[in-house]
Amino acid sequence: MDTSGAVVKVSEANYPLPFARELEFNAPAHGNWNIVHIGYLIPDSHEIYVASDNCMRGVVMTAAEMNTLDRFSSVILEEDDLLEGNLEDVTIEGISDVIRKLPKKPPCVLVYLVCLHHFLGSDTDRIYGELEERFPDIDFIRCWMDPIMQKHGLTPEQKDRKAMLDPIRPLPVNPRSVNVLGGDLAMDPEHNDISRVLKDNGYTIRELPTCRTYQDFLDMGESKLNLCYYPSGDYAVRMLRKRLDRDYLYMPSDYNYEAIRNHLKELTNMLGIPEVDTAKWEEEADAALQEAKNVVGDTPVTIDYMSVPHPLGLARLLLEHGFNVTTVYLDAITPEEETDFRWLQENAPDLQLASTMNIKMRVMPRGTEEILAIGPKAAWFGGTSHFVNMIENGGCWGFGSIPYIAGEMIRAYQEEKDTRDLVPRKGLGCASCI
Amino acid sequence: MRRAYRILPVYTGDVSGVAGALFELGGMTVMHDPSGCNSTYNTHDEIRWYDQDSLIFLTGLTDQDAILGDDDRLIHDIRKAAEEFHPNFIAIANSPIPYLNGTDFDAICSIIESDTGISTFHVPTNGCHDYVYGAGHAYLELAKRFVDTAVRPKGDCSINILGCTPLDFTAEGEVESLRKKLTEMGFSINSCWAMGDSLENLKNAGAADVNLVVSAVGMLTAKYLKRTIGTPYVAGLPLDGFENVLAEALRTALATGEDQIPYLNREGTGAVETVFIGDPVQMGTMAFMEEEKRPEHRAVVICPLEADSELLKETDIETRGEEEVERAVRNAEEITADPLYKHICPATATFHSLPHFAFSGRLFRKQIADRF
Repeated sequence: MDTSGAVVKVSEANYPLPFARELEFNAPAHGNWNIVHIGYLIPDSHEIYVASDNCMRGVVMTAAEMNTLDRFSSVILEEDDLLEGNLEDVTIEGISDVIRKLPKKPPCVLVYLVCLHHFLGSDTDRIYGELEERFPDIDFIRCWMDPIMQKHGLTPEQKDRKAMLDPIRPLPVNPRSVNVLGGDLAMDPEHNDISRVLKDNGYTIRELPTCRTYQDFLDMGESKLNLCYYPSGDYAVRMLRKRLDRDYLYMPSDYNYEAIRNHLKELTNMLGIPEVDTAKWEEEADAALQEAKNVVGDTPVTIDYMSVPHPLGLARLLLEHGFNVTTVYLDAITPEEETDFRWLQENAPDLQLASTMNIKMRVMPRGTEEILAIGPKAAWFGGTSHFVNMIENGGCWGFGSIPYIAGEMIRAYQEEKDTRDLVPRKGLGCASCI
Repeated sequence: MRRAYRILPVYTGDVSGVAGALFELGGMTVMHDPSGCNSTYNTHDEIRWYDQDSLIFLTGLTDQDAILGDDDRLIHDIRKAAEEFHPNFIAIANSPIPYLNGTDFDAICSIIESDTGISTFHVPTNGCHDYVYGAGHAYLELAKRFVDTAVRPKGDCSINILGCTPLDFTAEGEVESLRKKLTEMGFSINSCWAMGDSLENLKNAGAADVNLVVSAVGMLTAKYLKRTIGTPYVAGLPLDGFENVLAEALRTALATGEDQIPYLNREGTGAVETVFIGDPVQMGTMAFMEEEKRPEHRAVVICPLEADSELLKETDIETRGEEEVERAVRNAEEITADPLYKHICPATATFHSLPHFAFSGRLFRKQIADRF
């Protein structure tokens, strides 16, 4: 079939948008976390959404599938609320009513307002002012579910991640405590260089996914350093750093050895600890890639943007190590990936970039050849049961992430997975009771 | 407060209802929405998405489109997609912001239809209604556009099945079983709106002698076909134990031309209050059977959906919101409903789980059985 507009050779692709913005298709691969999953990272919190029926359905069912409806409530906006100019009152009274009905008052409530609140010019200061007066013991977190704003400026996810850190107040500095923030998965202690360095040097690591109580979360206010390694969380961490006036470091998930070395150097310099000798880690990464190559051979490999924050960087790493990477599924190229994109244009001009949203992808043939997919979307588009079911780099970072990915590639090549069952599940790593 | 839901989810929304209703007819459904509608639909409200390629897309409405009124982009994108896929029709459903903006969908549809030569219509959703409203209006618009009202009933005991979507008929093969059951009861199936059937066949709906409404979704179309062609309708499900009653009602409708809702003919004099929550046609049928089987029971249907009141008995209860359902069930001794309702039902009541895909989505899908 004619794939123009949906698939393009990297050498011919435009940066940063390789595909035109037109009608959108949504593939049935839902392993990424949405705002419900992300909000639940705050322990003991309760989420309240204020939205119309159709908008509410997706988020409330996310909570239901996580078996966490007891931490989720709704205020349903009706047609009249859109027309009668009383949206603030409905919002305030609805949220208050829900809170009064809860069996136990939560220490923190994440309130999600929607596109309608923007378009009707709702006075959010009045809404939160009133709620804070009525419930002074509750921290209200000002979140948004406003996808209409997501194509310009900050995305709803970026804003929500920032809002989630707002309750953290400055505490006396603990020089041995580091916050690692911005992502959804806890660091994999074996396959994350940041974790390895901090642990080896005796630091207390504080991460949202490992907080057990609301107090654990608030204790992040004592950390000396706020570190982020996940792109969509960086804005939040920068804002936190500014508010708390603490050190900050952004260490994006690179696969380029020199870049990883430089990031680690920044970290050790900032903490004033000895530099890391990465030679052994690099050897392990090379050996793991070689082992995977020996097993996978020339099997076509595809990668999606959901599996790793830098799919082009991973494609480059694998190509440099002899793998037959054929397709990367993405819809935009981030500035962090520009260098890898340019490298691929020069060195792998036939590599295909495929949109995940272009409408032709609905009817594109799937499962026509044996492939090895990295990521759930790549698995669905490729129609394969041989895939690495991973999001957000699996909580790995740096040299440690490479043996992990290589190992998962071997496993995926050798063992089939139930794609039909796995990829439609929401929020990989969260509880799922479907 | 009616709008506050402490723990219950909402039913599938109107936009998803439209997409689900039209899924199998070879058309293209476009949701005019920023994001989320398509993902919600295909994740929680649609069981066919993974395996069947239906043309259901999202416009990706942005704040700038909405503020500046950039309908040209919408028209351009739909036209381009239509040129690519040549669908049987184009349906546009919309979310709250285009409703708020007063987007002129009739004009947009007219331009697209004129440019492409493909029948294009708007289903007047706005994200504030449930799937009964959305799917019901989708079928109504389809009927208005495509049903040939010059075609008259054949007089061969044929029926149109109205109101079939996977939201209410979820079990694999259930619609086939329904068809088989009705055939065994002596009726031939003229069309089924709209699972396992084609647009071409639906156009010929006028040839049926009776319309059988099997869920509240089918009621708007039933009334339209009554108004335009004069075909009577009957509401009910041919569940075991009710098929004779339903068959009799269908024959009466055939003979008299009068509409029949046989499940409403229940006494409701028993002392034990038994409640059925959900779609009025399906729960009404079960309520009738309950009273037949256990005369000491008084069956009450609680309808939390935007269904036609005609489908309910005066003693049944229409509710809006969690609080009203909670109030309605407080004296019930037995309750039959989707398992999620258990959260708000009195602990003293006996609860019978009957998962409803339009409510609990994928959660209990594996437990949903073929009822025929």
